[in-house]
Amino acid sequence: MTAVFERIKATLGPEMAGPGLAFVAVFVVFGFASPQFLSSATFGSVAFQLPELGLLTLAMLLPILTGGLNLAITFTANLAGLTLAWVLKANGGVDAGFGIFLVGSLLAVMVGAASGVVMGLVIAFTRAHPILVSLSMMIFLRGLGEFLTRGGDISGFPSFVGVIGHGSVAGIPVPLIVFIVCVLAWHLLLGRTKLGFNTYMIGSNLEATRYSGINTRKAIVLVYTLSGIMCAIAGIIMLARFNSVRVGHGESYLLITVLACFLGGVNPFGGFGRVIPVFVALVVLQLLSSGLNLIGANQHLATAVWGILLVGVMILRWVASKIKFSIVRRGS
Amino acid sequence: MHSLIRTHATEFSLLGVIVVISAVLSFATANFLSLGNAFDLLNISSVNIIFAVGLLVVLIAGGIDISFAVAASVVQYGTAIALGWIGGGGWLSGFVIAASLGVLLGCVNALLIHRFRIISIVATIATFNIYFGLLMFFTRGVSIYDLPDWLTDRVILFEREMPDGTWIEITLPVLVMIICVVATWTLITRTTIGRQLFAFGDNPEGARRFGINIGAMQFIAFGWLGLMAGIGGLVQAHYAQEVVPNALYGRELDVLAAVVLGGARLGGGKGTVLGCVLGVLLISITQNGLNLMGVSPFAFKMIIGAIILIAITLSNTRLERLLPFAGWKGTRR
Amino acid sequence: MGHGSMHQSASAARTDQPLLSLRNINMTFGGVKALKNVTFEVRPGEVHCLAGENGSGKSTLIKVITGVYRPAEGAIIEYDGDVYPHMSPVTAQERGIQVIWQDLALFPEMSVAENIAFHEVLGRPRLVDYSRMRQIAIEALSRLGITLDVDLPLKEYAIAQRQIVAIARALVGEAKVVFMDEPTASLTQSETDYLLEIVRGLSASGVAVVFVSHRLAEVLEISSRITVLRDGALVGVYPADGMTQSKITELMTGKTFDQHVRARAKDDQPVVLDVRGLGSPGQFEDVSLTVRRGETVGITGLLGAGRTELALALFGMLKPTSGTFSIDGREARFASNRDAIKAGVAYLSEDRLSLGLIQPQSIADNLVIASLHKILSGGLLADDRKRSLVARWIADLGVKIGHQADAISTLSGGNQQRVAIAKWLATDPKLLILDSPTVGVDVGARAGIFDIVAKLAESGLAIILISDEVPEVYFNADRVLHMAQGRIVGIYDPHQTRLEEIEAAVYA
Repeated sequence: MTAVFERIKATLGPEMAGPGLAFVAVFVVFGFASPQFLSSATFGSVAFQLPELGLLTLAMLLPILTGGLNLAITFTANLAGLTLAWVLKANGGVDAGFGIFLVGSLLAVMVGAASGVVMGLVIAFTRAHPILVSLSMMIFLRGLGEFLTRGGDISGFPSFVGVIGHGSVAGIPVPLIVFIVCVLAWHLLLGRTKLGFNTYMIGSNLEATRYSGINTRKAIVLVYTLSGIMCAIAGIIMLARFNSVRVGHGESYLLITVLACFLGGVNPFGGFGRVIPVFVALVVLQLLSSGLNLIGANQHLATAVWGILLVGVMILRWVASKIKFSIVRRGS
Repeated sequence: MHSLIRTHATEFSLLGVIVVISAVLSFATANFLSLGNAFDLLNISSVNIIFAVGLLVVLIAGGIDISFAVAASVVQYGTAIALGWIGGGGWLSGFVIAASLGVLLGCVNALLIHRFRIISIVATIATFNIYFGLLMFFTRGVSIYDLPDWLTDRVILFEREMPDGTWIEITLPVLVMIICVVATWTLITRTTIGRQLFAFGDNPEGARRFGINIGAMQFIAFGWLGLMAGIGGLVQAHYAQEVVPNALYGRELDVLAAVVLGGARLGGGKGTVLGCVLGVLLISITQNGLNLMGVSPFAFKMIIGAIILIAITLSNTRLERLLPFAGWKGTRR
Repeated sequence: MGHGSMHQSASAARTDQPLLSLRNINMTFGGVKALKNVTFEVRPGEVHCLAGENGSGKSTLIKVITGVYRPAEGAIIEYDGDVYPHMSPVTAQERGIQVIWQDLALFPEMSVAENIAFHEVLGRPRLVDYSRMRQIAIEALSRLGITLDVDLPLKEYAIAQRQIVAIARALVGEAKVVFMDEPTASLTQSETDYLLEIVRGLSASGVAVVFVSHRLAEVLEISSRITVLRDGALVGVYPADGMTQSKITELMTGKTFDQHVRARAKDDQPVVLDVRGLGSPGQFEDVSLTVRRGETVGITGLLGAGRTELALALFGMLKPTSGTFSIDGREARFASNRDAIKAGVAYLSEDRLSLGLIQPQSIADNLVIASLHKILSGGLLADDRKRSLVARWIADLGVKIGHQADAISTLSGGNQQRVAIAKWLATDPKLLILDSPTVGVDVGARAGIFDIVAKLAESGLAIILISDEVPEVYFNADRVLHMAQGRIVGIYDPHQTRLEEIEAAVYA
């Protein structure tokens, strides 16, 4: 019996405890609080809303693992979406073909990558603090976006865009399929590639990693570039879901992506953390969001709740580390 | 003299940039180089300078705080309501209430950071959302226009009519700003507590070995920022003559940008009040200049962001580091 | 060494009544007993040496005395007539206990004056008196015979000057006892002499000095008593008169030095590393040496001699400005350490804890990090290949581990070092540079490491062995190079020269 338990523990990893418990808690609390919670409508809305938050979280995950942070994710996504929007509008607007959409998407991805490359280069070569670098990029991108759109919405896209945003394949929403593919890609990247390996090592000790012959600068640039690409994908999905682009959309997600990472067991200082527990944490948070909606909670109250949750998760981690420490002490 | 320039490189270069930009603007626009405009700028920048010197202290102590602007809004609201309860009050009670509320909110951050070992960026992202969410929820986004007269009446401390018909004036915000700047300067350069803050930000382990009270450092730093946020909030309410819950939303980034431009760094142990003030002024002048030149306001943020990115890159780089070979000249450690 | 043998050891203690007396000191960190029932005593005005290997508990003891650590219940600290169960940093400083830490604990952004007069900013909140601080700083520095611009931030100065600032800081105020933790690291010979003069001066004026140092020659020259710690326990307290370096080493390590010279001539072997006139300004100059297949070349010298810088140049992490070197006949022009590794050079850093290994990560990850290309399968990292690679090296080098996935910080110093060596061996090097490989390694484990080194040499690996400890290179290398101030100043054959002669040259 214990052998099976050990095997399960090994596959899931220690990071699963937090989100796992939270998952159960949310189910219990909201299951009682609202009769409509445990319904297909709830799960349906989760399935549609989860992807954009999830993609942004994936974009946040990689930099955190290297011991940094990417505060520019939401505005990078906005700008990528804007790029796609501009390409569509410049090539027929509502009558644009799917080919144009693909070209626009490609350009959007390149824009996201460009933002990441710049940040990565600055962080890698000047050793400037990632918080400052991504903060200034965030200010710049927001400014650029607002300048280009004069603060308004851009809309008027072909109908197939709406299908991408709201359609399903075999009952699974298209955005969710995209998200799951990205989750699997990240899982593969982090678990099985040299870059993933280097990411963890750099997060724990940059200098020692460099001394071991790893090109740490290249790795950091790649990490932020990939982060930017993931932001771009998020931006494309957001465009499809809302059939419009507005600079500032998704701004409130920033906190939640950080929360999802920490709830999913990622070490705030870098070096440790896996994709699947973060995925579970995301599902939990999305369920929570839906639950709050169902019981009629005000949107602003929800914002405060996220903040309290973040504090709560961090306090729980602190408590857990104290318990672990005293167990180690007692054991020896 | 040479060593003076060396140790104050940032301030001198900021001053230089301001002079250059001002020169350019005075040629490019009609109105820039007028005393009226200059004093206007000073009045407008006062609130940001008050915030900036508060944030400076936190950066010096090695932390960061992005919740202070929202905290200032909470203090504005709280103060307005409290003043209503006590039947109007005056400047003294206004400042006392605003200061106390501000310090309280700042200490919440310090508690999370010190007691629960939450890193400051994460802690203040959380408190930002908590403060803002609760503020918007309880106020339902409604502004307060019904403020006591003493608060909304313009207080002009000095004014003079210029020969061309424009007026230059110094208003109350400027006085408060000067007091806050001098107070902060005194704190960090003239008191032992301030020097301990520098030491703590520079080398926390070394500070610990000397028996410096780590908790006290955190509470003083974040408490001071809270104090400045509270005072700044009250002054802003006075200036705008109303309390709007999301008026200060987003201000924290502009202020942080200015403080970093002014030479403070995220790692702690570094920063001057003068640099801080120059940083805010540089951004204000740039915005003012762009405005006068007819550049779309939407472009401001973009230009500011680019300036900061470039400034960070330059300040962290020594040219030889950019070359593929970072040779170790001099010491290893 | 003008003071040489004519000079008697520092003035004997004024009285026999101890100034500081510690009894029953126990200290545990996460299950490891760092101090076991230690007693320690210092008399007023005496120069007392605290000797012991790395990990023997010396630094921990100092931290207990200065109040940074709190010992377990039952500890008794008697100081200057008062009894304390434990100290606090503030009390210690107020009552005249000063420390010069090994990591200096200075504040680089603050000015030299503020660093030296730092105690002026402690205590009750009040206004700072800068002119007083400058005064104190200038006086303290002049007492040391040094002039520095006290207004410049400390970061503008090199490490040797920072060390002097740390010393100056400790000398300010009414010190009754000054602790110095490896104060002569990074000092030149003349600066060291100066420091020893200061120590004598302090002792003469009634201030006790507790000296922690590896440099046994200095220790014998200056102290009147020596306390030896080993593995956290007290071995004994001995008068310096009549002590020899080898006796102290024996007491510190618990072994008699029955090592034999392993040196063998390897002149018939092909040259692997050929260095010609290599130089990097301020670090090393005109270095020429060769290392042949299967040969172990030892490099020793005081810290600051440029040994590590030379190693880093050979490893591609430092660009020399003059001279050349070649590996297996091919001239080496490394743009980074990746090029060096590809050419067959491997470098084991002297700083195992923060540069040699990544402490929070697993044993397996630490082992494979430099040879990821070997465990790829279809472009992706393969778990089975990784596991077998790790298992092979663990077995080969006899590393004692629990699981491959355990954090490497759970291993002992010696076992950690074996994994570090394995990491580099897995890259199939031609030249292995070991920089102070036994620092922080238990005495008992050291022999094991050198057995590995010998076996590697036998299999044809060219090895450069860098060490502070002359005996280590003497007994394990085929040739001993003595570097001082960036130059090679002596080349010795262990069969032709006695250990004492080389030591005398190094510590001269």
